[in-house]
Amino acid sequence: MTDTTNDPVYVTEALIAEDIDAYLDQHQHKTMLRFITCGSVDDGKSTLIGRLLYDSKMIFEDQLDALTADSKKVGTQGQDIDFALLVDGLAAEREQGITIDVAYRFFNTEKRKFIVADCPGHEQYTRNMITGASTADLAVILIDARKGVLVQTRRHSYLCHLIGIKNLVLAVNKMDLVDYDQAVFDGIVKDYAEFAKSIGIQSFTAMPISGFKGDNIIGPSENTPWYKGPNLIEHLETVEVLSSEDQAKPFRMPVQWVNRPNLDFRGFSGLIATGSVKPGDAIRVLPSGKTSTVTRVVTLDGDLDEAVAGQSVTVCFADEIDCSRGDVISVADTPPQAADQFESTIVWLNDEPLHVGRAYWLKLGTQMVSATVQQPKYAVNVNTMEHVAVKTLELNAIGVAQISTDKQVVFEPYADNRTLGGFILIDKITNATVAAGMLQFSLRRAQNVHWQATDIDRNEHARLKNQTPKVLWFTGLSGSGKSTIANEVEKSLNLMNRHTFLLDGDNVRHGLNKDLGFTEADRIENIRRVGEVAKLMVDAGLIVLTAFISPFRAEREMVRSLLPEGEFIEIFVDTPLEVAEARDVKGLYKKARAGNLKNFTGIDSPYEAPVNPEIRVNTVEMTPQEAAAHIIRQLMPLK
Amino acid sequence: MSDLSRQSLTHLQRLEAEAIHIIREVVAEAEKPVMLYSVGKDSAVMLHLARKAFYPSPPPFPLLHVDTTWKFQEMYKLRDKMAEISGMELLVYHNPEAAERGINPFDHGALHTDMWKTEGLKQGLDKWGFDAAFGGARRDEEKSRAKERIFSFRTASHGWDPKNQRPELWNLYNARKNKGESIRVFPISNWTELDVWQYIHLNDIPIVPLYFADERPVVERDGMLVMVDDDRFPLREGEVPMMKSVRFRTLGCYPLTGAVESTAKTLPDVIQETLLTTTSERQGRAIDKDAGGAGMEVKKQQGYF
Ligand SMILES: Nc1nc2c(ncn2[C@@H]2O[C@H](COP(=O)(O)OP(=O)(O)O)[C@@H](O)[C@H]2O)c(=O)[nH]1
Repeated sequence: MTDTTNDPVYVTEALIAEDIDAYLDQHQHKTMLRFITCGSVDDGKSTLIGRLLYDSKMIFEDQLDALTADSKKVGTQGQDIDFALLVDGLAAEREQGITIDVAYRFFNTEKRKFIVADCPGHEQYTRNMITGASTADLAVILIDARKGVLVQTRRHSYLCHLIGIKNLVLAVNKMDLVDYDQAVFDGIVKDYAEFAKSIGIQSFTAMPISGFKGDNIIGPSENTPWYKGPNLIEHLETVEVLSSEDQAKPFRMPVQWVNRPNLDFRGFSGLIATGSVKPGDAIRVLPSGKTSTVTRVVTLDGDLDEAVAGQSVTVCFADEIDCSRGDVISVADTPPQAADQFESTIVWLNDEPLHVGRAYWLKLGTQMVSATVQQPKYAVNVNTMEHVAVKTLELNAIGVAQISTDKQVVFEPYADNRTLGGFILIDKITNATVAAGMLQFSLRRAQNVHWQATDIDRNEHARLKNQTPKVLWFTGLSGSGKSTIANEVEKSLNLMNRHTFLLDGDNVRHGLNKDLGFTEADRIENIRRVGEVAKLMVDAGLIVLTAFISPFRAEREMVRSLLPEGEFIEIFVDTPLEVAEARDVKGLYKKARAGNLKNFTGIDSPYEAPVNPEIRVNTVEMTPQEAAAHIIRQLMPLK
Repeated sequence: MSDLSRQSLTHLQRLEAEAIHIIREVVAEAEKPVMLYSVGKDSAVMLHLARKAFYPSPPPFPLLHVDTTWKFQEMYKLRDKMAEISGMELLVYHNPEAAERGINPFDHGALHTDMWKTEGLKQGLDKWGFDAAFGGARRDEEKSRAKERIFSFRTASHGWDPKNQRPELWNLYNARKNKGESIRVFPISNWTELDVWQYIHLNDIPIVPLYFADERPVVERDGMLVMVDDDRFPLREGEVPMMKSVRFRTLGCYPLTGAVESTAKTLPDVIQETLLTTTSERQGRAIDKDAGGAGMEVKKQQGYF
């Protein structure tokens, strides 16, 4: 066993044995604090958390036995207990001796229940930390007393500040290794204070500790008589949590679910984000702006007189107004705004970098919209806080960029409201959560551009031409036969008196898209523009044929989503690379193979084949004429 | 619970609100959710939370009990009663192959759990095509769970890839899945065992009486007190069931679940006993012991819940 300055026994322990009802009563009234520990490798995070669990009796005897055995086998503290082993989770990590993800731990004291997010990690650090910090009320930033304020310390502090954690604890650890020297502590605190001020951190609480020996963890340490501040547990037990601040703000509740068991009951369920609500309150539903009055706040335990931020409830209105999932219920007189263009800070969480211009799902509260991100204004170097110019955001990058959404989003700046300001971006194809973001403000521009309603609408155009407009979207490798087959199909349609237009990749690049190259970002923009043009032509009543390699699934899906159901026909011109390369009509494959043509699809740029195209043609087995005939047959009846 | 304004919510109120929020998100975004119901105390809490989330509607999904046919009789009784009270459909699944081969805990050891529970669960989910399944696992139970997300994705073959989990930020859950994938959702991830007990206590939630001490017929076998719950129990030479005041800390298949001698007849007594006990909860179950500390993690990669 290690020598500990404080005996890890709580009064609680005795209370359990003597008066369980009193204990339960105490436990029932505990509040909760969620915090995160940050530090670089070997600063002692795991040791500190292990110590907190141990001191608060969250470790059972059988676990302790296993721990003692493990400590001897793989521990780094000789015969002493290595607390870090308590919290190092998955087998794979244990073998590699590293922790790579966010793990959550729990312990109780007499006053509070604690949830600790332990997010160590190396390359993945930003991603893990942001994840753990997003739900934290407080952050403990660990510093190795021997090393002082490091680049990592700044990075962690910046990230905590970015995600809006107001309570920061600077825990100067391993004080035992610097002889509990006050000068060392003071020096570190001074350095840190300077840095903190420079990035806008208003206040922090510094304390000298030893996670390993137990100094200033659950009681004042004899080794640091010069330190008069609180010990760690004492501070964690008394610091004010964010949720009480949230209750003082105006009422907002994103609607999760409409509760309608029968015709007599209609309620709206959600988790109250800010403020409070009670019967008689005047409310407004956003974005529609409709108003009503709250009649009931319903729960299984009976109606409530009032409910506050942090509670999940169901509310009923006096009037039958439209309200559904994604809407936000707000106090009537100070509602949040709605907009579709924002400036936001984005943290990229995925291996696949941001594709500027690509449509992602954006989830904010219970709203899910389609969103595109513009080229970032800058990214932040998290080690130096410098702004750097970038074209995109890679894994773990943090940047500021404009976002546009396809629908109005009800929002508030993240600094005012985490629920209505924090969002995630989801890749539409892989469904991965690729980014987290914080809305800062809306850009006014959107509000001045209105959609001009016209009298001759798309149906009228189509009727006049006596046809059902469509986009026939040909996709396939260079040399697969797209242009040739599309041309054949258009000829046939012409003979059938159909009004058509063929948009060809090479031709469009001579005009509309002549400013674009072949980088991934440019390819995405190329397809976006073609998609918008095709859409206009379809609105004009035409059958549009497009012949573009269009290598990325996401962009093809984006164009599909621009059009009404059934008007986008994806035609996969399925030609194996060897065949297309052997044809090499334009000599491009040869150039690409020689390295004279960069980003060539199939060679050094990927082609993502359609999974479920409406029509597939095999050009190895069919001639272009046969392929065209096959397509026409599939399209019949064209009306 | 009346006037709460300007007053901090307690940890249980926060945990409850979080769980309800999670359950509603799944119902809003999944196509065909189900709640796994094993009749234990965690399931009791889950069912209660589901009822709270949708009241006055009944929870808009069924309960699925992946049964091994070897549960305690009292568990079957409470299961049927709770399904009735909640107004939810109760689906019970038995792995037909395990039934046919007569797989049982006395003769087949680990194979029993594997076929009835692990395989049974996969088959049951596939049979009805559920794309999201609520489970009552908690992060405090075991090391690999500490790292698991609240929304945990499984491949078409129900495998778990701990290296490839989606980041979960704030209370925003991404429930979109790829073809063939399904989600396990753990709304009480952040609860501890004590929280579960306290919540049951505060809300008067019905639990299986086996959690409370009573005189029950048991035999001592391999250092474990096993209850003779029905006449399928093959008594060994010289074994005579004796009446003892016992209770159960966890409930599973009766031949695999050890009883502890106890006189705790009320919930506070049970909680007291639990808190003063110095071995971790799942110790009584054989499942975590094999394959060292990594036992559960390996099981999960293979599809165990
Ligand atoms: N002397 C001393 N050693 C410590 C202290 N805290 C941690 N350590 C040791 O520093 C090493 C790294 O600690 P660990 O908790 O694994 O760091 P982590 O990577 O931040 O989780 C281990 O050998 C610990 O035993 C401390 O306060 N004093």
